[in-house]
Amino acid sequence: MPSRGSRLVIPLGLAASAALLSGLYAGLVRAPADAVQGEVQRIMYLHVPTVLVAYLAFFIVFVGSTAYLWTRRERWDILAHASAELGVLFTALTIAAGAIWGKPTWGAWWTWDARLTTTAILLLIYTGYLMLRAAVEDPDRGARYAAVVGILGFLDIPIIHKSVEWWRTLHQPSSLARGAIDPALLFPLLLNMAAFALLYAFLLAQRMELGRLEAELTRRRLEE
Amino acid sequence: MSLGQVWAIARKDLLTEGRSKETLNGLFFFAALVLLVFGFALGPDRARLEQAAAGVLWVGFILTGVLGLTRAFQVERENECLEGLLLYPGDRGALYLGKLLGNVVFMLGLEAAVFPCFAFFYNMPLWGALPGLLLTAALGTAGFAAVGTLFAAMTMHLRAREVMFPLLLLPFVVPVLLAAVKGTEAFLRGAGRAEAFPWLALLALFDLVFVTVSLFALEWIVEE
Repeated sequence: MPSRGSRLVIPLGLAASAALLSGLYAGLVRAPADAVQGEVQRIMYLHVPTVLVAYLAFFIVFVGSTAYLWTRRERWDILAHASAELGVLFTALTIAAGAIWGKPTWGAWWTWDARLTTTAILLLIYTGYLMLRAAVEDPDRGARYAAVVGILGFLDIPIIHKSVEWWRTLHQPSSLARGAIDPALLFPLLLNMAAFALLYAFLLAQRMELGRLEAELTRRRLEE
Repeated sequence: MSLGQVWAIARKDLLTEGRSKETLNGLFFFAALVLLVFGFALGPDRARLEQAAAGVLWVGFILTGVLGLTRAFQVERENECLEGLLLYPGDRGALYLGKLLGNVVFMLGLEAAVFPCFAFFYNMPLWGALPGLLLTAALGTAGFAAVGTLFAAMTMHLRAREVMFPLLLLPFVVPVLLAAVKGTEAFLRGAGRAEAFPWLALLALFDLVFVTVSLFALEWIVEE
């Protein structure tokens, strides 16, 4: 029997595709090129949404992990696991897009800047989370361990951020937060943010359904 | 949870280690070796070595910690000792704090022995800076031991524990590494307390957050 979440998959997929297509059109075709940076600035329409979705995903890992330890309901664990995978994916995309932008703009793929470094550490923490899940054989124990790492990792984010910020900063401060962005560029950015949030929701629903089936399969195998 | 219980566990671990000196000797040579290996890797240029010294010292401490921190729970694997420990009156919080205290005292003893080697190979003025260096070492060691002790409990049953433990631990303790290196550098240069203080405060915050959270988290890790 399909679960409640699986019925959401198709509408979410359609909405995400439509939003992504119009977002690409608005960002790559409609929006004017940046006055200073030129065409390469268009990477922002990918880079900013992916990083925001990645942070959202790690926050959802934290929520799912806390709720799992609290209630011991399997679906919270499935949510945290699914969101961690997506968080890692979107963080990797963010770093890749940022590097492609950084090479022509800063003259280097990578710099040891505060935000870049924080993002790279996040990628490592949550990759560790996924590897731990794979390494623990007992599913119940794996869920508990992962939940602890999911909570600790999230608490570590502000400390990591503060420490690397003091350490050094080159990245431009967030234009969004400063309100220093032209409406002609802002609209495509917001559209793309909505599109990537929908893409995240679609993939999350899909991945949770898969997680539910995996858990079901494990249970049936154990019963045999 | 009482201080007596915490101390009883820490004392037991330190006594066992003190009598066998199994890991202590090995890890001391390992830490000294790290200092030497970095000396070879960086070349004989004295100015360059002095510049890199604080970083090398802390990489040495943390790598030694990666090898040493798992010991606290590894010794409990034999003969089901952990189950025995859990049967004693007293809660998991006391077990965590006891193991943590044992680990911190053990690592600090080791670090105290490494400092003279460091001063010798890297030509560092140790005497004047010693109180500041020891304070930084204590705060930094408490930080990586707080997370390390918890992750040691988590990975003790895994087949891939030798790989999983550093994979989980190292990204988490990046803030500790940054802050401890900066603090150590400030004291070595004789830059005064004002420059080192923010880093020491960051270390204290890290210690506070992760000791508190781990205290509760051990409950979910050693459940069976």
